[in-house]
Amino acid sequence: MQNRNSTAARRASGRRHPLASVALILIGLLTTGGAYALLSTTASAESSSDSSAAITEGQKLFAANCATCHGVNAAGTAEGPSLYGVGSASVDFQMGTGRMPLAFQGPQGAQKPPQFTQTQIDAVAAYIASLAPGPAVPDEKWLDGSGDAAAGLELFRINCAMCHNIAGAGGALTEGKYAPALQGVEAKYIYEAMVTGPQNMPVFSDLNLTPQDKANIISYLKFQQENASGVGGVDLGGLGPVAEGLFIWIFGLGAIVGVTIWITARPN
Amino acid sequence: MTTAESTATKSGVKAAGGSKFTSAAASYLDERTAISGITKELGRKIFPDHWTFMLGEVAIYSLIAILLSGTFLTLFFDPTMTEVHYDGSYVPFKGVEMSAAYSSTLNISFDIRGGLLMRQVHHWAALLFVAAIGLHMLRVFFNGAFRKPRELNWVIGFVLFILAMGEGFTGYSLPDDLLSGNGLRIIDGMVKGIPLVGTWVSYLLFGGEFPGGVIVPRLYSLHILLLPAILVAALGLHLLLMVINKHTQYGGPGRTNDNVVGVPVMPNFAAKAGGFFFVVFGVIVLISTFFTINPIWNYGPYDPAPISAGTQPDWYIGFLDGALRLVPPGWEVVLWNHTYSFNILAPMIIIGIFILLVLLYPFIEIWVTGDKREHHIADRPRNAPVRTAIGAAGVSFYAVLWAAGGSDVIATHFHLTIEAVTHTLQALLILAPIIAFWITKRVCISLQKKDREVALHGYESGRMVRLPGGQYHEVHQPLDDYERWRLVDYHDYKPLMIRPGADGKIKFSQRLRAVVSRWFFEDRISPATPKELEQGGHH
Repeated sequence: MQNRNSTAARRASGRRHPLASVALILIGLLTTGGAYALLSTTASAESSSDSSAAITEGQKLFAANCATCHGVNAAGTAEGPSLYGVGSASVDFQMGTGRMPLAFQGPQGAQKPPQFTQTQIDAVAAYIASLAPGPAVPDEKWLDGSGDAAAGLELFRINCAMCHNIAGAGGALTEGKYAPALQGVEAKYIYEAMVTGPQNMPVFSDLNLTPQDKANIISYLKFQQENASGVGGVDLGGLGPVAEGLFIWIFGLGAIVGVTIWITARPN
Repeated sequence: MTTAESTATKSGVKAAGGSKFTSAAASYLDERTAISGITKELGRKIFPDHWTFMLGEVAIYSLIAILLSGTFLTLFFDPTMTEVHYDGSYVPFKGVEMSAAYSSTLNISFDIRGGLLMRQVHHWAALLFVAAIGLHMLRVFFNGAFRKPRELNWVIGFVLFILAMGEGFTGYSLPDDLLSGNGLRIIDGMVKGIPLVGTWVSYLLFGGEFPGGVIVPRLYSLHILLLPAILVAALGLHLLLMVINKHTQYGGPGRTNDNVVGVPVMPNFAAKAGGFFFVVFGVIVLISTFFTINPIWNYGPYDPAPISAGTQPDWYIGFLDGALRLVPPGWEVVLWNHTYSFNILAPMIIIGIFILLVLLYPFIEIWVTGDKREHHIADRPRNAPVRTAIGAAGVSFYAVLWAAGGSDVIATHFHLTIEAVTHTLQALLILAPIIAFWITKRVCISLQKKDREVALHGYESGRMVRLPGGQYHEVHQPLDDYERWRLVDYHDYKPLMIRPGADGKIKFSQRLRAVVSRWFFEDRISPATPKELEQGGHH
């Protein structure tokens, strides 16, 4: 009785339900958000289907972010090399791992969080690939880690370990350059690095290491990271004797000296 | 006994039966071996209670862990270089050609129950063994505990240190993986760098051109037979001399050159030490359980062609590797069609001199001081400023070489160029010992001055008193006799005076000795004398 009376009173006064405005905002947001999502997916679908649009988009991105060093036509300047013939694999590697755009001019561009979305990187890659032929982004079938790990280890030992360390922990090169650690690097980027030879790394062309060889190396690294690094416990960075020596001095001997002090301490 | 009998309960009777058996067994043994004399001597050996006196024990306990785990490993390790095709459970090596040594090490790691743990116990304990020896040696050095009558024991201890390094290196080379093969290649290079005989010695060692097929079995017989036998024998001698010479102790009231204040071995200390053995063993096993060491499956079988970035020896060989890395380029001379590699010879000679100086230091100091008395009270490092400073210089020299052994890891992890790291360390190799010497000597002398002041005038109490005349004055808290003793009880050496011998001449050696003695003792703070203390009390 009481309840019905109060509803009647509200209707009579013409007031809205207190949650009505919240609901209205929600509906509005959903509509605009949905429309935006719909539109943007169509836009990206368009760019992948229509490569000339991607190239135009890539050229714009290139002019805004890369041309300072690589030149307006990607022909290179004193600050950065020409990008003719580096291919989409190179762009995908350099921008996908955040090495490009450079944080600063130095011996080597360091890996950092990427500044562009994959769509944008693909656009720039399409633009660069349109300038001159070069190595393309690798096919998925080489990247799934199903190759021959034993053959991969042999190839890795002979071709890669002298710079990247046998456990892929990285190593020092001259004049502040270095071979980065390979732990946790995506298969795609390992392949692209081999085929394009970024920064201080040599190129391992398909004549040198066939795509199957590259797939084997990737399979070995994947196996090593997933199965072998934690076998004996924490791997201390895979750095070998330097890390082990520091560990035994600081933590091993440290713990034991602590015990000696405790044992000989006089009770107060 | 009579009271025990009168109050004998059932359990008391049992205990009496037990002690009867013990005493019967003891006298049975004693009548046949005269062991009671030894037991009495050993059981009543006094150990002063201070943590720094337990570092040598840590080394012994790690050695026991090494011997036990090593015995386990010998049961499964195949020390030959026969070519085999791997057939174990580690996938990337299926069918790969490798030596039987490497294959059996992989089997120990992956296919033998507890094998990986034992390998890691063996390796971690080895690292701890050498580290504990190093720390123990530093303790002995900075305490002057190598002085008469312990000079010979210092030499034996140092030989043990070298043997431990030899054991470490031979063991490191046995698995025949890429890392150990690279290490052997460096040794091969060093041997070949010796003029005239180098190449021949290398061929003799490796049974032909490196790597050959005999080096692993040869190193194996050194590693498990010859070196451990010498090591254990030398260790026995080391301990025997420790018992004969008695233990050093830190100075203090009631502690003189003629006594040792502490606890006897039996029963408490033995129980403590036994417990401590299990603690050390436990720490080693815990580390081995949770932390990988030498993951040889990552390195692959040895092959002279590939080499890995970041190839280093174990820490105790690191200073030798560092010495090689610090040689400037171009130190090779061609004379009469022979290449003389001073890039290898110079580090070998410098390290050789360094090792010889450490080995002979007790005799050098005796020669300088001319002190032939026995010393059983450990010096406080500050009371022997020049010795402490020499020690600091030696430590920094070693530390720079050691750091150089990991120069590439320093470069990558601190984002430096490897050239900058190398050049800095080259400069530091010469400068750091000089700087360390000077700073340490100054710090020691300052501490001595402070000690002297505190002994004479007491501590600053922080309590300000205003005198009737308006003058302010801080009250100094005098020390009690026990504390003061610690500060003034040390020997004050004076520089040697040159005096002509019986023939009225001054020999050259005498002059040299005077120069070195002056360098040792010209800056010195003599302890407060009783007379000064008396005057100081009137302040």
